[in-house]
Amino acid sequence: MKKWIPTVTAEIQTQVRSLVEDNFLFREDRNSLTDTESLIDAGLIDSTGILELVALLEERFNIEVADADLVPGNFDSIDRIVAYVARVLATAPSAG
Amino acid sequence: MRVEHFLRNSVRTFRHKVALVAGETRLTFGDLDGASDRLAAVLADRGVARGDRVVVFMDNCWEAVVAIFAVMKAGAVLCPINPTTKAHKLAWLMDHCRASAMILQDRLAASAKAALAQTRRVKLTIVAGEVGPPGFEDGIRFDDAIAGSTARPPEALAGIDLDLAMLIYTSGSTGLPKGVMITHQNAAASAASVISYLHNTSDDVILNALPISFSYGLYQVLMAAKVGATLVLEKSFVFPQTIFEKMVAERATGIPIVPSIASTILQMKSLRSGAFPHLRYITNAGSALPPSHAERLQALFPEASIYSMYGMTECHRGTWLPPEQLLARPGSVGIAIPNTETCVVDDKGSEVAPGVVGELVIRGAHVMKGYWEDPAATDCGLRPGPYAWEKVLYTGDLFRRDEEGYLYFVARKDDVIKTGAVKVSPKEVENAIYALPGIVEVAVIGVPDPFLGMAIKAVVVVGPNAHLTPRDVIDHCVRNLEDFMVPKFVEFRDGLPKTESGKIRHRQVASEISETQA
Repeated sequence: MKKWIPTVTAEIQTQVRSLVEDNFLFREDRNSLTDTESLIDAGLIDSTGILELVALLEERFNIEVADADLVPGNFDSIDRIVAYVARVLATAPSAG
Repeated sequence: MRVEHFLRNSVRTFRHKVALVAGETRLTFGDLDGASDRLAAVLADRGVARGDRVVVFMDNCWEAVVAIFAVMKAGAVLCPINPTTKAHKLAWLMDHCRASAMILQDRLAASAKAALAQTRRVKLTIVAGEVGPPGFEDGIRFDDAIAGSTARPPEALAGIDLDLAMLIYTSGSTGLPKGVMITHQNAAASAASVISYLHNTSDDVILNALPISFSYGLYQVLMAAKVGATLVLEKSFVFPQTIFEKMVAERATGIPIVPSIASTILQMKSLRSGAFPHLRYITNAGSALPPSHAERLQALFPEASIYSMYGMTECHRGTWLPPEQLLARPGSVGIAIPNTETCVVDDKGSEVAPGVVGELVIRGAHVMKGYWEDPAATDCGLRPGPYAWEKVLYTGDLFRRDEEGYLYFVARKDDVIKTGAVKVSPKEVENAIYALPGIVEVAVIGVPDPFLGMAIKAVVVVGPNAHLTPRDVIDHCVRNLEDFMVPKFVEFRDGLPKTESGKIRHRQVASEISETQA
């Protein structure tokens, strides 16, 4: 099935937030997360969690995350993930 | 030797050498010694006496390292607590050890405050971080505590090496945690033994991403201080690429890992053999390295010696496999560490033949003094040894040895689950789940997991009107248990197999599950 890949940052933002909230937010005794908050400091993501997150992002956005991209600058907050996904989608548009 | 002398001795030779790198912070041995002196003086000044327990509730940050040495310099007992511990358990632990002070980081203030509200014993809190101590009665900011020019605490105040250095809590089969009592002598014996086979020197740069609230990570701090090595402290292995970059930048010579970290490393697609020319050794503990991991790791790090080890909080380190044996004896965790002995015994305490499964028993100066105020558990763990005047450590772990005496872990003797590098009491998880309204019965078991060795699974029976989902159960556990205790899987059933007296048959539940997965 062909997936709809969002290109507008606002859409990416919505999808990333729901993906993080659905899969990770319930893992901590808290109910909300700001866009800039560190996922690590908040205790939301551990070393297996990050690989789960990457797999989910790869599937949802049809992208491939390179090892070298796996750094806090790209993944440690919702804003950073959104910027990263937007960048990857812009530079390597998926064939679908 | 007392543990704080690891640091005091190294300062004499290496005062201006970097002792600790944590994020952007770099501390020399002189810095670390000075800061821990001042913090020790504050502890003593505020009434922390010799033998008092001081809880350190922090993640891997530089302040935690200062706190570790400060507590010992003050003659107090270090009680490190995992930062994912929730308030009610934290309160229980502080009550159990009757902690007189707590050193924490502001990120954890909410849990700490809630715990302090439930326990009245703590007379002093020291809070590290930007926010500081508002809301803590008698709270002091960490930065203020180490800023002064207070004279260093007199060494005589601290005590002798027979005193307790640490009280480290571990899961027990009853569901209540047990406080492992480690003296300075125990810690020094263990550190010296491990240093001898790793050949650690002041040239080493040890990169540690393991939590220093557990013994494996904590000893990296102690051993680095003892030999004058540099410790590079990372908060976790969440971003492997960041760790790799740090290893290259800091020229790391040694890295301690657990099997789940090995899995993460091996999943990196772009990692090439020879990327870390400075890396001299990798140690693995927590649980045995799967043979396929050992092979692939050795191929990826051809210059590094890979040490497969076994240990438990009760003695810190039990066995080590000489690296040249790694590929020849797949799955083995080796032999007793230097200046200690191990044997595999039957139920009567007699040594069994090679190939026969029995309980591993450990003898040496590294073995704990017992469990804090828990004589029943102590009598079970420490039992008469080969000589009438001594007690040896019964590990509760089943092992076999080969003809040459190399040891292989087989299973736990009780129902405690070894997941990742930690032990989890099924009872403790079950007790937490039973507190969720609508739960009728629950059995918590271990299921094989490629990442963790064993993963925690809860098999649950819910009441007719309970509208619970597996996620509700996990959610509830997250709010009440440390992260590593939260079940990875939850399965709903109509009923659970029981004995005639009505006890749930855990083994049957586990074997039914392994059959359906096979």
